[in-house]
Amino acid sequence: MRDMTEDDVTGDFTAHHLTYFDGTSRRVLVTDEEVPFPEGKLIVSRTDPTGIITHCNKAFVEMSGFSEEELIGQPHHILRHPDMPKAAFKDVWDTAATGAKWHGYVKNLRKDGKYYWVYATVISNVRNGEVVGFASVRRKPSRTKINECVGLYKEMLAEEQSS
Amino acid sequence: MTYNLTVSPDFPPERIASWFVFNTWLQKKLGVNIHLELYDDFESQHQAMEAGHVDLIYVNPYDATTLVREKGFEAIAAPQGVSDEAVIAVASDGGIKCVEDLKPGCHIASTDDKDVHMMCMIMIEPADLTASNINLSEHPNYVIVAKKIMIGEAQAGFFYKQAYEKMSKVIKSAVVPIVTSQISVIKHMFLVSPRFSEHKEAIKAALLDMHNDEKGRHIVEELGFDSWDEQTQEDTEFMIDLMDTLV
Ligand SMILES: Cc1cc2nc3c(=O)[nH]c(=O)nc-3n(C[C@H](O)[C@H](O)[C@H](O)COP(=O)(O)O)c2cc1C
Repeated sequence: MRDMTEDDVTGDFTAHHLTYFDGTSRRVLVTDEEVPFPEGKLIVSRTDPTGIITHCNKAFVEMSGFSEEELIGQPHHILRHPDMPKAAFKDVWDTAATGAKWHGYVKNLRKDGKYYWVYATVISNVRNGEVVGFASVRRKPSRTKINECVGLYKEMLAEEQSS
Repeated sequence: MTYNLTVSPDFPPERIASWFVFNTWLQKKLGVNIHLELYDDFESQHQAMEAGHVDLIYVNPYDATTLVREKGFEAIAAPQGVSDEAVIAVASDGGIKCVEDLKPGCHIASTDDKDVHMMCMIMIEPADLTASNINLSEHPNYVIVAKKIMIGEAQAGFFYKQAYEKMSKVIKSAVVPIVTSQISVIKHMFLVSPRFSEHKEAIKAALLDMHNDEKGRHIVEELGFDSWDEQTQEDTEFMIDLMDTLV
């Protein structure tokens, strides 16, 4: 995935260097502008068993700021925001591997450097007894819960960065 | 051999005759005997499902889940362009403008429709409302749900979108939506049982082609939609996965 440039964002931004689980890395630029969750909608995506995006719905495309073509075939960490601790996603993968459902609050990064909060559920898609992929369905989160997570994720990040 | 057809009890009552006409058409097309049994409520339909008395069913999403995952039913078709959506509505003069204005302890009126319940429960979550901190009352139909709001016994109501839209102008001006779902993939569909599987391809072909002749088109329109779309097993499995994330 290409690094973000100043042309991608508008207004003040901070630059971060993200290193992903697969060893690749990317420069991302983030602004502190939040995009509200679309009322009544669900943001849906599916991945193959390795986390590569295979499908997404219209709300997913609209909220991400990317086009559908830019998303399909990319690793799902295309949305990873630098304010999210790694441990949260480790928990997603550890839980999904057992076949259980994962629920949690996630701050996602858009193509334009803005962010949006979701309440996400990740499940495995089991067909004829086999895991053929994963799906995530995101709904509008409660502001109270987001505020709790802002603090929690900050602490988790600080801990990750100091170790 | 006679097979049994039934229709989710949430279909509009004025369509009863249309389902009988549909069944006559279907039997002629397939050359098999099919008995149409309509149940008054979800509970009696569930008993029939459990007892194995259902071979063909036009089913609501919630029950499709059980039939596909636990009873080996297969999806054939779904009404073209029609999805099941839900509305949360409140008194127009009550000062509640959005879900976040509803507070713990509030009274919400609803029906026994499990699909609507599921969709509305996720739409109240942003207000930190859950089953454990609201007072939910169940009523026989949506007009009563609306009346509970109009007389102030409930601060909000859960509605099936199509049912809300069909209510009178008077009710709709007194009880207004604050949020409407736009999920698109949750829908009613036509399923067949493993016992009916030898006729699966024939019924699928018949339904998908139905709108192409005048008589068939008239019958399908009387059911309330334009034509049947193919509903693949994967479409259905995915709808079920999606619903699984919402409960
Ligand atoms: C179905 C599914 C959906 C996911 N959705 C997101 C998402 O919306 N945002 C996100 O940052 N990570 C999401 N992830 C996790 C990413 O795959 C990835 O683990 C995460 O972005 C952290 O990157 P890294 O694991 O490469 O370090 C999802 C994973 C799965 C299986």
